[in-house]
Amino acid sequence: MTSGLASKTVDDDVGLVERLRAGDESAFVVLVRRYQPRLLRLAEATVGSRAVAEEVCQDTWLAVVRGVERFEGRSSFRTWLFRILVNRARSTAGREQRAGRPDGDAVERFDATGAWVDPPVAWSDRVDDGLVATELATRVRELLPTLPEQQRQVLVLRDIEGLSGADVAELLHISDGNQRVLLHRGRAKLRACLTAEMGSHG
Amino acid sequence: MMRFWRRRRRALVCRDAVALMTAYLDHELPDADRGRLETHLADCPHCSEYLAQLRVTIDALGHVDVDDLTDDAVDALVDVYRSWRTE
Repeated sequence: MTSGLASKTVDDDVGLVERLRAGDESAFVVLVRRYQPRLLRLAEATVGSRAVAEEVCQDTWLAVVRGVERFEGRSSFRTWLFRILVNRARSTAGREQRAGRPDGDAVERFDATGAWVDPPVAWSDRVDDGLVATELATRVRELLPTLPEQQRQVLVLRDIEGLSGADVAELLHISDGNQRVLLHRGRAKLRACLTAEMGSHG
Repeated sequence: MMRFWRRRRRALVCRDAVALMTAYLDHELPDADRGRLETHLADCPHCSEYLAQLRVTIDALGHVDVDDLTDDAVDALVDVYRSWRTE
């Protein structure tokens, strides 16, 4: 959807990183304006608290300016930035976030024959009309914090940022299969929450 | 051997179909599984509806915005940059 825009941004990032290496503060400002909101979103999805997320982002930018010499451009700047953030967030948030159960039960329920227990009910026709996407996006944004941490992370990286499954698995140090399970459960839970609200739209 | 053959040929149940959908949406299902899933979807309004709703959900995620950065937030990070430069 945004791939055209994304590739232009990637080219532009390379130039900005060059300038950052040369000590150009204005390049730093442009990168901050471009990525800090998205870093903050990923950090919040990872650590669950706004205040901690802001600290993690600050640490990340410091690591960026310190480590920009070592950035080889083999991954995109964005992926490199996200990797630093995820690693920082992990060491900041500590063990307790990963000590929990991998994730709750699947949302869909099937009987012994594998058929739906509660078949999905059709959503209102309004959903087909394009205007609703932004309305639903607002709702989805409110619902994201209610999901388990790993599901949030995967949803942000896959469906909001548009990274590939392979990139996300590598970034989060999980298997591709695990990445897919988390993605599925996160989407399934959001779908279930949206379904619960669809009725009132009539 | 017999059991394996039967299982390969048996039509998917809804539970299996749902389990394949994420890989399907990623275009990462092997051809045989994709064919079985599409056959199931053609016959099963529940699973078709479910897949359609997943697509709407994914589309909504693609429209999630970020907050604009305040000037104060930018300044705070520029301070971090400057203090590092003078370290």
